[in-house]
Amino acid sequence: MSREWYKLTAHALREAVRNGETTAVEATQSYLDRIKAVDGKVQAYIDVWETHALQQAEKVDARLKRGEDAGPLAGVPIGVKDVFCTKQGTTTCCSKILKGYRSPFDATVVEKLEAAGGIFLGKLNMDEFAMGSSTENSAVQITHNPWNLECVPGGSSGGSAAAIAANECAIALGSDTGGSIRQPAACCGCVGLKPTYGRVSRYGLVAFASSLDQVGPFTKDMRDMALTLNVLCGQDPRDSTSSTIPVPDFTRALRDDVSNITIGLPREYYTDALGGDVRVRVEAAIEVLRGLGAKVVEVSLPHTDYAIAVYYIICTAEASANLARFDGVRYGYRSPNANDVREMYVNSKTEMFGPEVQRRIMLGTYVLSSGYYDAYYLKAQKVRTLIRQDFQRAFEQCDVILTPTSPTPAFKLGEKTADPLEMYLSDIYTISVNLASIPGMSMPCGLTDSGLPVGLQVLGKPFDEETVLRVGYTYEQHRDFEMGAPEIG
Amino acid sequence: MEYDAVIGMEVHVELSTASKVFCSCSTQFNAPANTNVCPVCLGMPGVLPVMNRKAVEYSVAAGLALNCTISRWSKMDRKNYFYPDLAKNYQISQYDLPLCHGGWIDIRVGGVTKRIGITRAHLEEDTARNTHTLSGGVSGIDFNRSGVALLEIVTEPDISSADEAFAYLTELKRILQYLEVSDCNMEEGSLRAEANVSLRPRGSAGFGTKTEVKNVASFSGVHKAIDYEIARQRQILDSGGTVVQETRGWDADRGITVSQRTKESAHDYRYFPEPDLVPLAVDEAWEARIRASLPELPQARWRRFQEAYGLSPYDAEVLTASRAMADYFEATVAAGAGAKPAANWIMGDLQALLVKNGLPVEECKVASGELAAMIRLIDDGTISGKIAKDILLEMFDTGQSPTSIVEAKGLIQISDESELERIVAEVVAGNPGPVEDFRNGKEKALGFLVGQAMKASRGKANPKMINEMLLKALEN
Repeated sequence: MSREWYKLTAHALREAVRNGETTAVEATQSYLDRIKAVDGKVQAYIDVWETHALQQAEKVDARLKRGEDAGPLAGVPIGVKDVFCTKQGTTTCCSKILKGYRSPFDATVVEKLEAAGGIFLGKLNMDEFAMGSSTENSAVQITHNPWNLECVPGGSSGGSAAAIAANECAIALGSDTGGSIRQPAACCGCVGLKPTYGRVSRYGLVAFASSLDQVGPFTKDMRDMALTLNVLCGQDPRDSTSSTIPVPDFTRALRDDVSNITIGLPREYYTDALGGDVRVRVEAAIEVLRGLGAKVVEVSLPHTDYAIAVYYIICTAEASANLARFDGVRYGYRSPNANDVREMYVNSKTEMFGPEVQRRIMLGTYVLSSGYYDAYYLKAQKVRTLIRQDFQRAFEQCDVILTPTSPTPAFKLGEKTADPLEMYLSDIYTISVNLASIPGMSMPCGLTDSGLPVGLQVLGKPFDEETVLRVGYTYEQHRDFEMGAPEIG
Repeated sequence: MEYDAVIGMEVHVELSTASKVFCSCSTQFNAPANTNVCPVCLGMPGVLPVMNRKAVEYSVAAGLALNCTISRWSKMDRKNYFYPDLAKNYQISQYDLPLCHGGWIDIRVGGVTKRIGITRAHLEEDTARNTHTLSGGVSGIDFNRSGVALLEIVTEPDISSADEAFAYLTELKRILQYLEVSDCNMEEGSLRAEANVSLRPRGSAGFGTKTEVKNVASFSGVHKAIDYEIARQRQILDSGGTVVQETRGWDADRGITVSQRTKESAHDYRYFPEPDLVPLAVDEAWEARIRASLPELPQARWRRFQEAYGLSPYDAEVLTASRAMADYFEATVAAGAGAKPAANWIMGDLQALLVKNGLPVEECKVASGELAAMIRLIDDGTISGKIAKDILLEMFDTGQSPTSIVEAKGLIQISDESELERIVAEVVAGNPGPVEDFRNGKEKALGFLVGQAMKASRGKANPKMINEMLLKALEN
């Protein structure tokens, strides 16, 4: 009997594969069929690896047949944001400058997922070089929010979030520099977690802003999140910034208990400016947890107002150096319209980088320039320290901080593309988290009246993803609404 | 007007770590182009650098030998500029917090010792190498060098002449080679030197406008380039002109410096801290371990050679020119040779053979123990010093031991009195003229007669005994 395996969570599917109810090949085929059915409308995938996925699935089935342990994610189909290096297919960051680029190596997290028995379905759409909040900056295609195809899926990992929401993969890999996992997870009603900076190796993640970038997964529920983190986290000798702090078994954090948990609500986040359905749903979620015994206190993050300015100095400065290598010398696009090396650089970049990427490279070059460095970059680093200290002090009074993930639900396609500053403001609740290097998760806390998901953001102390998972899991068990699944079309 | 030259040196040395500074690629020189490369040193998307611990240790060792303070906490920075030989279009270097700072070394010029301050020594990565064809308009890039560990050593403007600059480079190279942290081979590009040169009126304290002289391929080239630059600036100043702050390249063929880049077009490198690497922390214990592992440095060895072996300052200088040479000398003495004869043989015949064959002492076939054995054969009268020269040549060519050469060729010195008496009698009888001369007071004639006796014995006669016996015979 053929079932709709694509509807299952990763942990349910894994059990079904393990106990012989289905096979990795059948599960993979179910997802491939689902992609064929709905991705024409959602457009989450920029490349589907049908043959490769089925071959991987056959290998997993063969291992299971031999009685081997095929890994904690054996037979679970996974989608990969195009920002990760993969030997299979191309790695383009959805930029024209890397069109056709084939990486000679797999990112550490890709290696880990494969070793865990995961099946890769293909590459997912994103804002070019992960710069954006709507995935509209992709040079490849526009991704549509499965809950309302006229809305953006959020960004930059919009393809990953949309693929989870549309059941086009069981787990999706994303990256988060200023909210690029959490904001699209909120827009698409799935779980998305950015671990503590250093928890997960960045090797093979094409860098946007190295001191802010962190890898994380999108999942359908909290148990899948814990299972996936177990695979992804851990020190990597190829990434000096990855931490040696031991990785716990995150599934043990999935406890339905918040009785001794103190929740902090930052005064600066719950202002009059926050209103509408988002405020209603987030406050309802807080009430659910309070009802389960959690203590709720007000905390203060006094430097909140500076976060966006600081972020756009630091991330653009780092990006201006990280993206300098796309020069047409060794790989990627080389402009044919050049008479000398300088023209080759200028024309290759001008012809192929999109406007948002060019804007950030110019901003970053400016803030690092002689005479401006102290006023911009150095000052921003100092304020970043203050923002980090804000969180340290707040976490002296609470175990987790709860905030909306985004001030609004998913907005309409094209609505904010004309105003970059307006677009930057959609990351107001997520950006500080990267600056402070702490873990943050978005999970659904209901739908607006117009049927769009609202995201609840759960922030934890550095390397305390366990408490974030525990609070999220407890809320998931007791939430006061039916999420359902989007009707696509 | 009279001027004083003010010169500061910037030297880049490639550290001789087996692998590159941020990846595990080999640093082997002269490998086929683009074979010692990987995604990291090619700057491909998604890669991250990982610090080579050995490169830090070598840098700290060099810093300690240059009397620097080692930073407990330093960091790497990105130096941004576009050039095809720079894989990432930024170089990972150190900007405001170098690993080593505030040191000095002593140089000797014309018997006078002068202290040259070391401002800083910092770790960075080397670039690739561009090659351009003259005809085809095609440029190639060899990334084998990309990411090799470099130590940049910067002096205070304490150098006052081309001679001092030459002495500084020689001493720096000697120290680094003693440490075995770099082979300092200028032809292979593992040592590159730049000089900042300016003039100021004699006795004044301010600084004139400086030029930076690059593209020098040898120490003697540095000497010539600095001399040229001093003369060029003097001419400008004497004729009332002003020196332009700029980078000038040394054109060895024409023997001049040529303007390459003026200050106005200088790069803004937009340095900022490298976020992909954690700060470099060298704690006291690590520094102490590195300090304990340092070999005896050239200056200390130079002094010890004079005290322990009774060598002249000059002989000690020659023998400590390289660590290998000094080791060879000490091994020869340890194997039983006297210090004086060992020094004479090594600095004389052996050194001449090495130079003639273009060999470093490390590749010399004459083992130090065999050289000592040869010197002992002279000491105990088995062979003459003259024969020894031929034996050494044979040893140098074949690597055979001196005893086996002596035995195989029957070169054992004749010390048998009756045999020598027979030769002496023959010589006296056969050379009545010189014999007569000597007896008439011409002492020089003795030398001729000794020579004849040596010739008659085909060099094997014990010259000391021949001398004594001839004198005795002539007295009669």
